[in-house]
Amino acid sequence: MNKPIDARLLQPAEAFADYLTNTAARIDPAAEALAHDLGARVGISRPHESAHLHVAGEATYIDDIPELTGTLHCALGLSPAANGRVTALSLDAIRAMPGVVTVLTADDIPGTNDCGSIVHDDPILLPVKDGGEIRYLGQPVFAVIAETREAARRAASRAKEAMTIEAQPPVLTPQDAHARGQYVVPPMHIVRSGGSANEGDEAAVRAAIAKAPHRHKSTLDVGGQEQFYLEGQISYAIPKEGGALHIHCSTQHPSEMQHLVAHALHLQSNEVHVECRRMGGGFGGKESQSALFACVAAIAARQLQRPVKLRLDRDDDFMITGRRHCFWYEYEVGYDDEGRILGAEITMVSRAGHSADLSGPVMTRALCHFDNAYWLPNVAMHGFSGKTNTQSNTAFRGFGGPQGAIAIENIMDSVARELKRDPLDVRRVNFYGKAENNVTPYRQTVTGNIVHELVADLEASSGYRARREEIAAFNQKSVVLKRGLALAPLKFGISFNVKHFNQAGALVHVYTDGSILVNHGGTEMGQGLNTKVAQVVAHELGVSFERVRVTATDTTKVANTSATAASTGADLNGKAAQDAARQIRERLAESAAERHGGKASEVRFANDKVEVNGRSLAFSTVVGEAYLDRKQLWSDGFYATPGLSWDKDKMQGRPFYYYAYGAAVSEVIVDTLTGEWKLLRADILHDAGKSLNPAVDIGQVEGAFIQGMGWLTTEELVWHPQSGMLTTHAPSTYKIPTANDCPPVFNVRLFEGQNFEDSIHRSKAVGEPPLLLPFSVFFAIRDAVSAAGGHRVDPPLKAPATSESILRAITAVQSA
Amino acid sequence: MSTESSSNNSTQPVRFFHRGRIVDVSGVHPTRSVLDWLREDAHCTGTKEGCNEGDCGACTVVIGELASDANAPGTVGGLQLQTVNACIQFLPTLHGKALFTVEDLKAQCAAAQPQDNRKHAVHTLHPVQQAMVDCHGSQCGFCTPGFVMSLWSAYEHHQAEGTQPTRQQLADELSGNLCRCTGYRPILDAGQRMFDLPAVRLDTKPVVAALTALQNDGLDYAAPLGARIDHFHAPRTIAQLAALREQKPRAQLLAGSTDVGLWVNKQFRDLGDIIYVGDVAEMKTIETRQNDEGGELYIGAGASLEAAFEALVQRVPSLTDVWLRFASPPIRHAGTMGGNVANGSPIGDSPPVLMSLDAEIELRRGDAVRRMPLPDFYIDYMKNQLQPGEFVQGLAVPLAAMRRQVRAYKISKRFDCDISALCAGFAIELEQGSDTVKAVRLAFGGMAATVKRAANAEAALVGKPWTQASVAAAKLALAQDFKPLSDMRASADYRLQVAQNLIQRLWLETRAEDALSLEETSVWSVMPHAAVKAAAEGA
Repeated sequence: MNKPIDARLLQPAEAFADYLTNTAARIDPAAEALAHDLGARVGISRPHESAHLHVAGEATYIDDIPELTGTLHCALGLSPAANGRVTALSLDAIRAMPGVVTVLTADDIPGTNDCGSIVHDDPILLPVKDGGEIRYLGQPVFAVIAETREAARRAASRAKEAMTIEAQPPVLTPQDAHARGQYVVPPMHIVRSGGSANEGDEAAVRAAIAKAPHRHKSTLDVGGQEQFYLEGQISYAIPKEGGALHIHCSTQHPSEMQHLVAHALHLQSNEVHVECRRMGGGFGGKESQSALFACVAAIAARQLQRPVKLRLDRDDDFMITGRRHCFWYEYEVGYDDEGRILGAEITMVSRAGHSADLSGPVMTRALCHFDNAYWLPNVAMHGFSGKTNTQSNTAFRGFGGPQGAIAIENIMDSVARELKRDPLDVRRVNFYGKAENNVTPYRQTVTGNIVHELVADLEASSGYRARREEIAAFNQKSVVLKRGLALAPLKFGISFNVKHFNQAGALVHVYTDGSILVNHGGTEMGQGLNTKVAQVVAHELGVSFERVRVTATDTTKVANTSATAASTGADLNGKAAQDAARQIRERLAESAAERHGGKASEVRFANDKVEVNGRSLAFSTVVGEAYLDRKQLWSDGFYATPGLSWDKDKMQGRPFYYYAYGAAVSEVIVDTLTGEWKLLRADILHDAGKSLNPAVDIGQVEGAFIQGMGWLTTEELVWHPQSGMLTTHAPSTYKIPTANDCPPVFNVRLFEGQNFEDSIHRSKAVGEPPLLLPFSVFFAIRDAVSAAGGHRVDPPLKAPATSESILRAITAVQSA
Repeated sequence: MSTESSSNNSTQPVRFFHRGRIVDVSGVHPTRSVLDWLREDAHCTGTKEGCNEGDCGACTVVIGELASDANAPGTVGGLQLQTVNACIQFLPTLHGKALFTVEDLKAQCAAAQPQDNRKHAVHTLHPVQQAMVDCHGSQCGFCTPGFVMSLWSAYEHHQAEGTQPTRQQLADELSGNLCRCTGYRPILDAGQRMFDLPAVRLDTKPVVAALTALQNDGLDYAAPLGARIDHFHAPRTIAQLAALREQKPRAQLLAGSTDVGLWVNKQFRDLGDIIYVGDVAEMKTIETRQNDEGGELYIGAGASLEAAFEALVQRVPSLTDVWLRFASPPIRHAGTMGGNVANGSPIGDSPPVLMSLDAEIELRRGDAVRRMPLPDFYIDYMKNQLQPGEFVQGLAVPLAAMRRQVRAYKISKRFDCDISALCAGFAIELEQGSDTVKAVRLAFGGMAATVKRAANAEAALVGKPWTQASVAAAKLALAQDFKPLSDMRASADYRLQVAQNLIQRLWLETRAEDALSLEETSVWSVMPHAAVKAAAEGA
């Protein structure tokens, strides 16, 4: 199943390798060209369908749509306090400011003042008359509508002067919320004992820990992360006849925007039309949290009967919207002499922020990923979503999965150190088995497990063992600088944990000239979903890429769509589009066979040609004939993922259709005087099944790796401890990686294999899983810090491992 | 459009070259940004707004100016081409310049085609763009136009020089462009591939002709009080600037607007009268001047950060990292070292470097010019010695000071384009033939209300042997010098501990015996910056 390791890859790649080397190591253009000539349209590294528009500045984002005459602009007035009450609001001075048309408050919302996605606890605008509860600093209190965006922003910036406030000290940390017992959703527990699918006895878990030969008990802090989509939140609402609305919204979830706007305005869903051609990045941040802006723009447009655009300034975007949940963990494990985990108990507390948003599902996924790639026969997990006076945390690539898995990885790392064994060896003895020791704590059987061979492959290709020795020798001699190395594996469950979200629809139109238009329920945020879906359709109909065009996601075309999230975009929408295309192909085949003879089942479609009864016809000819024969040349398609089940009360079932795997080896160098560090080399082997588009998938893997590295290192969120103000609210203070943070040696490969489940062309989802790859960076830093203390003690390193966090850990291990 | 904008017939239009012609813009508010003008007025929406503070690069555009010396290195066909952030550039500063945006690139391909192929060529991508497509350099595409413009600037410069950039040079060029999707590898790949595609070069002749005509067209902004438009004054000579400054002591001096732009965009400050110094050519002087003390490097206050640091690094290669880590290329092109010093932020990175080099600051009021050591210039947080009507004219760095062992260490969360938690500028000189410290300068930013030298720590070292014991004493003394703050960049404890450790590093790198090389002390030494290499080879 595995591609033999290319001898060239066994050599450490040249630092700063050139583009030809990089391309050749990642994809096989010759093999792809051959497959393409033979008619394949999947498995081909086609550029992003909008790439030529992106580079020319011609790709239209919402703020680029030519504005309609009379367009007004909106800006939000934000709470300057994090907790307490707004007792009075006096907006006259703001209304009188130049260019201001009106100021809207909660009183102007005709329907429900709520934009919560699951739990209805999320006011659109702070309800002053209804108690005036302030939930966080940055909470929208009113909306200024003005002739220009600048006038709106200028007026909204005077918010503080308009409010009378009774302030209270804020609750900011998950620990603080936990101590007060305040949560946004009820606590969750998963318990499994005796390795059994039936037993879940906490006492048995504790007994297993107690009687293990060794025990380890500790805590861990892992910070949150801002999505930092380059295009900020934006909605542009246009009033239509009969009170209806058309909303251009940068969102991963047009259907939910439609529903929430309808509720806020007392409209039927059929009166709200939401459209999104593309987002300038989403990463989860536009799954639920685009709603507030869609609702406000819609309310204003409806009331004023003029188009209203709400585009946030970057600072406001940081201050209003939530992000990846930070987690605090407390755990104890029992293990044997080889590092086998015999029992584990963990409490996870997240910072949910002021409302539930998606914090419940995020915690569910965190608990379902604590096992990562490891068999945990006795385990008790407790998840608490702490309610704090901060932005409401939400989806972010991985959706709690990374937060769950990093805890067990930290445990593996600590156990290895205590046993003085290589962490890879400890990880390996804990891997899920293939035929036994393969049931997860939530009772799903792990099938198609390739972690053993994948890790062995990477261990060899990265030269892990030799480099381990080389680094030890370096550290022996080096006074100031220490190097560290780590391998981290991953297993990630694919599907929404909620069964009914796992469905999708698509529409395919074939026009009489043979051109094809595709529409589906997924949204394009840069991940290449439209590219992949277009490839699936081109493959199904045997046509060139140029014939297929994918249009904006639109609630008037495909109804009741799920969010483009949980990495499921291509799995669900690809299958739905395939279903639609296949129906059209079958009709075309029927029509061709009727006209030209032969069996419909033997008609072949490839390379814009149709082979029928020994004749080769142009695709467009066959289409034209089918039209004359009155065949339906458009079709809908539908897909629902089979075999899923989830009992949310018991937290058991089969939530995932399959698992994706991967592993990374990272090497860092750390300065023991300052805590500065640099990633020297990263080697990645990732499982995308039988890739639909290797270049797009490599792009997801590398992008997730660098993004996740940012989460675990430089991206630090700081709230002022007294005021509760987020003080890192712009790129000047919140530092995502730059080009210089990309490692000088970066070897990235896709694992050669295929999904054993019947996924779209046997591919695997690739959006989120690789976000776990940069764990290797964090643990390589931990290794280097440990080296600074002679590997005697476990480094108290928290994430993000900023230079300060690293130096503190170094100081601790050196003085221990 | 700003609600406060007003049209005044007595003022003159802002005129600049854009998309093949000279455009006239009248009645624009003086602080209207180039980005807002592009997107809202000119309807050129290729350039994006990502942060509105010059930190993400989505709005990167290229500014072309007539080169004072058409053959000077770095010029492209008689033009100086530089990336800037359109979000924090005020439109009136474009006067007499050319503005290039992502929309211009395909047009260059069309122009390069024979007449009958031009229609087809409208759809042809520029090599920079094609390379980005070929290498999968865009995902969501929102940052892409900014990257394309940074790459295009590098492309034109290297084509003009007949060189190709290394990946490290490309990464440094792109340090002001954030991408959240790709992880950058494919973009760096594209930066290499673009040179392997058939070349398309900017035809600078019509641009040079247009700008020359503009310069000569009789629109004279040189009158001392000649407002280009309402409240926007753009003197051409230092004498005019000095006179104007005296007459309007409360006016806001404007150079690169890399800080002032944020006051407008984020705080909605009304700037009132603005005196733009960017058209004063004399202020951009960088030259070596002889004097009784063995000469000095003179840096005019209007010299860009890029030009000023380049001049310093030529003489003191150990400043390379702090140069490349100072903001980003677009910010360094716009911002000035004089502005960074005059601004007086405690976390500016120029002052610690300059203090370690014994720099003097030159102030001018009317015709009166005075100088003082830089440490004396700062009084307290954002307070300095400038009198009403006075301005910073230049900076002078003694050549003798540059012959000491000089180090600059910047500590921040991220290597590139970050604001320092602390920044240290160090210089040390030992007595000839001994290990006694003859002179030492330990200047720190980020440790107090102003950038300042560590008087106690320096005193603990002068006249003492350069040993671990002396370093220990200096580290102790440093705790008397500074009581730093905790903020989102670092805690007080971290700042002090690192400041102390940096003295340790200085010693490790400069001690008489067993001095450690850069490879042994710096995690950044793996990054093959050209200038660092040159320094290593020179040493």
